[in-house]
Amino acid sequence: MAEKGVKVFGMWASPMVVRVEWALRLKGVEYEYVDEDLANKSADLLRYNPVTKKVPVLVHDGKPIAESTIIVEYIDEAWKGEYPIMPADPYDRAQARFWARYADEKCNPALFPIFTATGEAQRKVVHEAQQCLKTLETALEGKKFFGGDDVGYLDIVLGWYAHWLPVIEEVTGASVVTDEALPLMKAWFDRFLAVDVVKAALPDKDKLLAANKARREQLLSA
Amino acid sequence: MSSSQQPAQAPAPVRLITAFGSPFAHRVEVALALKGVPYELVVEDLASKSELLLAHNPVHRSVPVLLHGGRAVCESLVIVEYVDEAFHHGAAPRILPTDPYDRATARFWAQFIADKCLKPLWLSMWTDGEAQARFARETKESLAVLDAQLDGKRFFGGDALGFVDLAACTLAHWLDVLEEVAGKRLVGDGEYPALRRWAKEYTSDETVRRFLPDRDELVAFFAANKERYTSMVRAAVQRQ
Repeated sequence: MAEKGVKVFGMWASPMVVRVEWALRLKGVEYEYVDEDLANKSADLLRYNPVTKKVPVLVHDGKPIAESTIIVEYIDEAWKGEYPIMPADPYDRAQARFWARYADEKCNPALFPIFTATGEAQRKVVHEAQQCLKTLETALEGKKFFGGDDVGYLDIVLGWYAHWLPVIEEVTGASVVTDEALPLMKAWFDRFLAVDVVKAALPDKDKLLAANKARREQLLSA
Repeated sequence: MSSSQQPAQAPAPVRLITAFGSPFAHRVEVALALKGVPYELVVEDLASKSELLLAHNPVHRSVPVLLHGGRAVCESLVIVEYVDEAFHHGAAPRILPTDPYDRATARFWAQFIADKCLKPLWLSMWTDGEAQARFARETKESLAVLDAQLDGKRFFGGDALGFVDLAACTLAHWLDVLEEVAGKRLVGDGEYPALRRWAKEYTSDETVRRFLPDRDELVAFFAANKERYTSMVRAAVQRQ
């Protein structure tokens, strides 16, 4: 009998997984969530994503899709009649895809070094990350959300910053997204986190803090 | 004047900012040709970038950039998706499939090619020693996966050329040029038979052929830039 329904393979602390959950929740799609131990991946995960073996993986009626941004576009197309995630106009879609790539290819690598940097080195990497985020911020200009009046694709792609960056800031003592440096982004963080479906899929902040503190200690002592 | 007497609105002009030898610009030219879109080519000298380029791609300052009625679209695969959507008309071939699952699959493989094949390939060409061996190994592992993925198909999407083929174009026409200029042989005799067959299919396609840069000119171009690539890659690897 054909496998039916929607499954998400994820890891509770992964920001990329949350993107998928936000998209599904906006569409009102029910799904089964399977939490993975990334140090001991399940046979199912490896069967569904043999190429990169990473989470998130969405399985829809038995058919797997990997890569969070690709999954989000798939969700928008597969449940076309529901809440619109991608903009309607091709040019606006191109802009959204452009900025999503910029965030994942430029901003994320600029943010990672902050996690283990200290002292003067930390100041330098924070500044570089802020430059990246400042560029990204231009896509927000004058709008409530990156998607306009409502949450859209780019909000889903960037939304993890709103929950994870404050955690990283607390764990590392760095100040990245401040009112002075990134006022538009900071204001967007608050608006985004106030959205019901966003709140519903977020991992517990204290748990995230503890896990990140432990990971940082582990990396710094290595 | 009644509406039936009003002249049809002329389609917004299309310009493509490009540079010689760019496989990324090639992807867009093929896409525009597949959709039958007339355009003006603006060829950049990347050693001396124009105001037009800098104004329309301030973030990356790279080619290709598509200007459609004065609005810029950047990043080659983003442009290809845009071309597929904005210029589609009844008879035109589809670059991405229409089924959502097939589209997701195509996007996945395009990303795999970019991240796991092309990125380490480029790095393997302009590094040496331990780093070079590491990048070469990663590239070859990925080429093997890609070879298996072709699985007897004519093109990555099936019978017709599409998104993933454009994403992989470097492997069809630029790979052996890079190997020659860098003096590094990545692909051995008899390796990746499906990919080799695909490369021949791709480069002999009647649309693609019109936009393949001359091989000798490509060799000269990459050779002239070899030192620049080597120092750029060295800096990038040090930052990792």
